[in-house]
Amino acid sequence: MSERMDIPGDQPWHVAGREFASRLLVGTGKYKDLDETAAAIEASGAEIVTFAVRRTNLGQNADEPNLLDAVSPERYTLLPNTAGCYTAKDAVRTCKLARELLDGHNLVKLEVLGDDNTLYPNVVETLKAAEELVRDGFDVMVYTSDDPIVAKELEKIGCSAVMPLGSLIGSGHGLLNPASLAIILENANVPVLVDAGIGTASDAALAMEMGCAGVLMNSAIAHARQPVLMARAMRKAIEAGREAFLAERMPRRQRAEASSPMAGRINR
Amino acid sequence: MQIQLNGDPRAFEAEPTISELIASLGLTGRRIAVEVNEEIVPRSQHDETRLADGDRVEIVHAIGGG
Repeated sequence: MSERMDIPGDQPWHVAGREFASRLLVGTGKYKDLDETAAAIEASGAEIVTFAVRRTNLGQNADEPNLLDAVSPERYTLLPNTAGCYTAKDAVRTCKLARELLDGHNLVKLEVLGDDNTLYPNVVETLKAAEELVRDGFDVMVYTSDDPIVAKELEKIGCSAVMPLGSLIGSGHGLLNPASLAIILENANVPVLVDAGIGTASDAALAMEMGCAGVLMNSAIAHARQPVLMARAMRKAIEAGREAFLAERMPRRQRAEASSPMAGRINR
Repeated sequence: MQIQLNGDPRAFEAEPTISELIASLGLTGRRIAVEVNEEIVPRSQHDETRLADGDRVEIVHAIGGG
């Protein structure tokens, strides 16, 4: 547990009956090597770490280092991701392979993509896959569009967390539709996390200030010039944003309001 | 006999069990998952599950990803 627990008023958050102190979730893609991956994750303070499932290289490189050696399932909650799947069927197969890979662990990140250019979620296939996975006993954290109606449907199906994009995967454009995110947050009875599109620390802080349960990111850390430093920045941004949300910001005003008293000025 | 292994054809003289296939690939003890004809074969059944001609076998592992 981190010092996050010391913030007055804050509580750990829960997803699918599991408790977490860190509200930053990180991916393991795009790093230079596994050492950098491990160092960045350590610096981020993340407890939930995503990974992908791919065909094993046969023949050559049978001894190549394994991601699960660098990111231990004993230390982190590993979240298999169905990235790269374009149909409900492939996503469900991938989740079942991941469950076998992790000895029955049933928490998954469902992501069914629409096309290569945008990596935008195909919500029709996502809804189908979510139904099947929930029926099969998976705890599903689902990547989706910022459509509040779809977010609510995914919740009704039984998804454990709804994760709308901030902007396109890997784009670093931040939160492009905060108004829609606000509606999703207002309607939700499950944790809402922003997944995808975060570019820098202020993007993550904004999502947390709005009341998100957490933020999931990969490229924003891995593609920074200095990933480990950015991982630390993100950790602080998530904590700052969360504290700002709990503190409840001041109202916006149309006119100035002086902070110093008007009485006792020397010019009158 | 011949199977499709991770999308590529591969021939065997006899019909291996999944454990034997994994051993022949040097993957014994690695963290992998195996699917045959789109159905998971749990680790506990690798010793007793024998492959047949035309089987489509997928062997996967964890890699970095978001």
